[in-house]
Amino acid sequence: MILPNSPTSKNPIYLDHAATTRCDPKVVEAMLPYFTERFGNAGSRNHQFGWQAEDGIEIAREHAAKLIGAQPKEVIFTSGSTESNNLAIKGAAEIYARAAAGQTGRGHIVTAAHEHKAVLDPIRRLMREGFDATFIQPPPDGVITAEMVKAALRPDTILVSIMWANNELGTINEVPQIGRLCHEKEVIFHTDATQWVGKMPTNVETDQIDLLSWSGHKIYGPKGVGALYVRRRKPRVRLEALQDGGGQERGMRSGTQNVSGIVGFGKACELCFNEMESEGKRLLAMRNRLETELKKRIEVTVVNGHETKRLPNISNISFGFVEGESLMMGVREIACSSGSACTSASLEPSYVLKSLGIGDDLAHSSLRLSLGRWTTDAEIDSAIEMIETAVNHLRRLSPLYDLHKEGVDLSKIVWQAH
Amino acid sequence: MAYSTKVIDHYENPRNVGAFGTSKEVAARRDIGIGIVGAPECGDVMQLQIKVSEQGIIEDAKFKCFGCGSAIASSSLATEWIKGKTVDEALTIRNTQIVEELSLPPVKIHCSVLAEDSIRSAIEDWKKKSGASPASPSTTPVTQHA
Ligand SMILES: Cc1ncc(COP(=O)(O)O)c(C=O)c1O
Ligand code: FES
Repeated sequence: MILPNSPTSKNPIYLDHAATTRCDPKVVEAMLPYFTERFGNAGSRNHQFGWQAEDGIEIAREHAAKLIGAQPKEVIFTSGSTESNNLAIKGAAEIYARAAAGQTGRGHIVTAAHEHKAVLDPIRRLMREGFDATFIQPPPDGVITAEMVKAALRPDTILVSIMWANNELGTINEVPQIGRLCHEKEVIFHTDATQWVGKMPTNVETDQIDLLSWSGHKIYGPKGVGALYVRRRKPRVRLEALQDGGGQERGMRSGTQNVSGIVGFGKACELCFNEMESEGKRLLAMRNRLETELKKRIEVTVVNGHETKRLPNISNISFGFVEGESLMMGVREIACSSGSACTSASLEPSYVLKSLGIGDDLAHSSLRLSLGRWTTDAEIDSAIEMIETAVNHLRRLSPLYDLHKEGVDLSKIVWQAH
Repeated sequence: MAYSTKVIDHYENPRNVGAFGTSKEVAARRDIGIGIVGAPECGDVMQLQIKVSEQGIIEDAKFKCFGCGSAIASSSLATEWIKGKTVDEALTIRNTQIVEELSLPPVKIHCSVLAEDSIRSAIEDWKKKSGASPASPSTTPVTQHA
């Protein structure tokens, strides 16, 4: 018999908010009328149903814009960050290309090796289509600085895409400084702010951002809806649309708008805007306690990524000599994720951890715990206890822990294939 | 991924965990065979020690494992299966039997291979040390200090 990966007695503790969040009931409530009563097509300009839908969308656009310090006209609704990133990167590359399609030398793009796949893969596709790219290798603390970007720029650089906060580590890149640099050099700057927006104060004007992606389901809104900020002045950023049709969303994203989803997205943005400051403090205190306690109770516990330049809600921790998937099995009452090879279909350890130069042993031993709106102190207490128990259980089984106790330096061991 | 009840049971109550002494102590003993194998797929490590009688019967077995839950369960199960068997009987155990017993999904098949390899490796080590004729040379201990 196959058991579900959760205990039958109670719901697991959800510490995977970097993967997705529960939709806030207030968001659901705001969305509901748009399925049944205000079900109109926002493009129907001649009757009440259309007007209601359009009003719903425009209010959402105002909330979305306010959350990032933009003008409502600068917000394009999409299906989420993957689409926003694709539209930003491919759309800008097409417009700012230095040579026509089919030629080489069409322009250079700067990004980093530990970006999300939704940035890396669009750029890799562009590389097959005549563009060049530099993938900045992050330093051990994971933080990309303006200096690093500056060193990667070339005279033919047309686009820089650096995420604001990393989804596996929570590390925060020097986005305002990178924005300033790009504006000086007149290079378009895109940031994948999926993990950042809604948790941290954002102002696309002072932070000098041209294109910014974010997503509903990471900010207690619905899945399958997100937005792209597209700067309209100083400079006016232009994009080649990826899909053609009815010309919705200023022609940049054709297709009948997902009205209820957009309304929910707007509500989620509004709630985040109002709660951000107090919520940030609450999460940071809980996360610090989690990390401090685990480090105190469990030897060879390493927090990955920069110590302070990190989001308040993400903690990526390695517990030496213990494999991540087996650890997750030991804490089945906690829903979280791991950078271990054993958890991934490809059996590769996390490329994000690897790119930081974190040894395979610690990459294998990592857990990502990410906190959110409904995380309680009591849950953190239980999580600490459960993790401590599971690590101790697994260390009793671990041949690597024995070697460690015998004084062998594990980083010097080469595991050979058989 | 969902785990079978048997995997969970071996994970929570692993059988025969441990070793017959420190690595130095057991290295010198002729009645003990040691197999340490790593999975090239995912970098995990399994260590199996067997205590073999002069008649070639596996009297006791101990394991340690740095790996996923399926790898832990596979090695725990392997120790149960080989105890009391002759080395020749133990060599007939196939990873497919482990896969079946533990209902492992396809992505976890290599974890059971790790267990089969550790049995072969431990027996080969014992044969070498005790002077018995070597087993088919399919595996050798694979960890190496740099
Ligand atoms: C940094 C980052 N970018 C992009 C995405 C993809 O977002 P979406 O699921 O909205 O397409 C995610 C979420 O998985 C993310 O964390
Ligand atoms: S041993 Fe790594 S996936 Fe099972």
